[in-house]
Amino acid sequence: MGKIKLLQGNEACAEGALYAGCNFFGGYPITPSTEVAEYLARRLPLIGGAFLQMEDEIAAMAAVIGGALAGCKALTATSGPGFSLKQENLGFGMLTEVPCVVVNVMRGGPSTGVPTGPGQSDIMQCKWGTHGDHPVICLTPAYVQEIFNETVRAFNLSEKYRTPVIIAFDEIVGHMRERIEIPDPGVLPVVNRTKPTCAPADYLPYDDSKGDVPAMANFFEGYRYHVTGLNHGTDGFPVNASPRIHTDELRLIRKVEQNRADIIKYEEYLLEDAEVAVFAYGVSGRSAKTAVEQARAEGIKAGLFRPLTIWPFPEDEVAALSKRVKGIVVPELSLGQIIFEVDRCAKGRCRIEGLYRVDGDPITPAQILAKVKEVK
Amino acid sequence: MAFNYDQYIRGGKLPHIWCPGCTYGIVFKSILRVIDAMKLDRNDIAMVSGIGCASRLPGYVDFNTLHTTHGRALAFATGLKMAKPDKHVMVVSGDGDATAIGGNHFIHACRRNIDIKVLVFNNFIYGMTGGQYSPTTPSGHLATTMPYGNVDPSFNIPELAKGAGATLVARGTAYHAAGLDRLITDVMQHKGLGVLEIINACPTTHGRRNKFKSPTDMLLWMKDTFIPVAAFDKLPPEKTAGKFPMGVLYRKEGIPEYCETYYGMADRVKKQKEGRA
Repeated sequence: MGKIKLLQGNEACAEGALYAGCNFFGGYPITPSTEVAEYLARRLPLIGGAFLQMEDEIAAMAAVIGGALAGCKALTATSGPGFSLKQENLGFGMLTEVPCVVVNVMRGGPSTGVPTGPGQSDIMQCKWGTHGDHPVICLTPAYVQEIFNETVRAFNLSEKYRTPVIIAFDEIVGHMRERIEIPDPGVLPVVNRTKPTCAPADYLPYDDSKGDVPAMANFFEGYRYHVTGLNHGTDGFPVNASPRIHTDELRLIRKVEQNRADIIKYEEYLLEDAEVAVFAYGVSGRSAKTAVEQARAEGIKAGLFRPLTIWPFPEDEVAALSKRVKGIVVPELSLGQIIFEVDRCAKGRCRIEGLYRVDGDPITPAQILAKVKEVK
Repeated sequence: MAFNYDQYIRGGKLPHIWCPGCTYGIVFKSILRVIDAMKLDRNDIAMVSGIGCASRLPGYVDFNTLHTTHGRALAFATGLKMAKPDKHVMVVSGDGDATAIGGNHFIHACRRNIDIKVLVFNNFIYGMTGGQYSPTTPSGHLATTMPYGNVDPSFNIPELAKGAGATLVARGTAYHAAGLDRLITDVMQHKGLGVLEIINACPTTHGRRNKFKSPTDMLLWMKDTFIPVAAFDKLPPEKTAGKFPMGVLYRKEGIPEYCETYYGMADRVKKQKEGRA
């Protein structure tokens, strides 16, 4: 039996990180994510871990990658404007294949927007925010317990696939308090990066001959190698020539795309005989669950598809869903972002209806129910 | 016997990218001589850089090397050092990298007094992108983005470092190469944030547009312009106009180093918690 606690989503995120072995945090204060930093500022010194409040979000992301390269499990947490600032070094982490976890507690609006209100309008930024083509794993928990579990999973995926992993939840779930169970150590799996077994002289940090995820040596452990944000060869040194750049960028994408089955996670609720589906994540997924139950009570065959992995997008699952329902309702706290992905996968096979809200309040079950009735 | 630089240079990584007449090679060799003389274990050294001509240096040397994003080297280095406080972390940067795009990271690293050695290669210009003015380009100098003469006031890097809290601040030049070994040693042996500004020449994008007829002229300018600090301090004001001091310009003892302070705090609260349990 683990420990039962009443925690905020942000605190559960910090607890999940600690469970996964996080021993490094680099951050910068920003609403509504600050509690992640505050919690770890109290806890990390007690386990000899590093806590850094850096001079800005850019530096925080950089410090996290530095810590991770030196062997730490490293986390940063932020929100919209800070997430924008992190994009430069997030891309660096993706190209150089440094495992770490970036939490984005989404708030509303572009620019400073609505710092204390929820949003889901960074979801495309999670995928495309940094420049260039790049692999993205992004998880979208909706409950405090889920934030704990998915934070553990985010660290595991980052270590397994040697890439930064993003966790995107919203202000409501971040600040909501719920009862959670923190499992005893060993109950949830904890994955650590694969280290090289070869002699240092033979080490190639980006060796792709044995699979798409090269073994990773930590700095200062005898494997002296070069890390650069320039496109590089298997030895880590810059290359400026075809075809290496092309094949290596494909490998980066492939290490996520070809492991969709391992990475993609979702909840299907009352979908078996559903005629109308709701596709929703985060706080909108919570409202959708209630809406679906209310619809069922009225005799409407509605169901919920709630992704816990939003990137890579659950393409096959949404495509299959589109073949068996009349329509899919997509409620989101934006003016329509993830609906484009749903629409892309449905390929015109069923009706797709968006439901958007950006006024700082969540989408209510009643709003979703009304939309479900329109579609049925 | 001639010093064997090859022992520190990664096989197949030379020739370097620097232009003929660039003085970075002089500094590069000085760094290797100092590290060798200090008998540091190269597994324990991380050399971190940002973007620019100087930032390519780590790629050539057989240490743990990290070539990061523009201006951010100190932030990455801070992460490395906090993760492994017993290791040697060096940053190689340029004037644009350290004091323009990386200015915020520079002053805050100085403020923390974290044990990182910062070597700023100041060539007064953005060389890699072809000669745009930097925060250290002298007034009136020509640059591709100041075609009528630079109107931007310039930073004095040692003064900036001192003001921000660096506990060792020094300046050397590529011309005074022998003195450079001494200064790099001083910075490397310092416990805390040490900044060494190294005056360099970029004949290709700075010198040839600014009446330096050859790379040699730029070295001679260094010879005439930079005066050992002890001598400089004795000169009357009229003789220091247009001149700058070099050497160890500032040293402050007794300031706690950041990692020691942080992990000292961590040990203390851990013991307090265990005591209560």
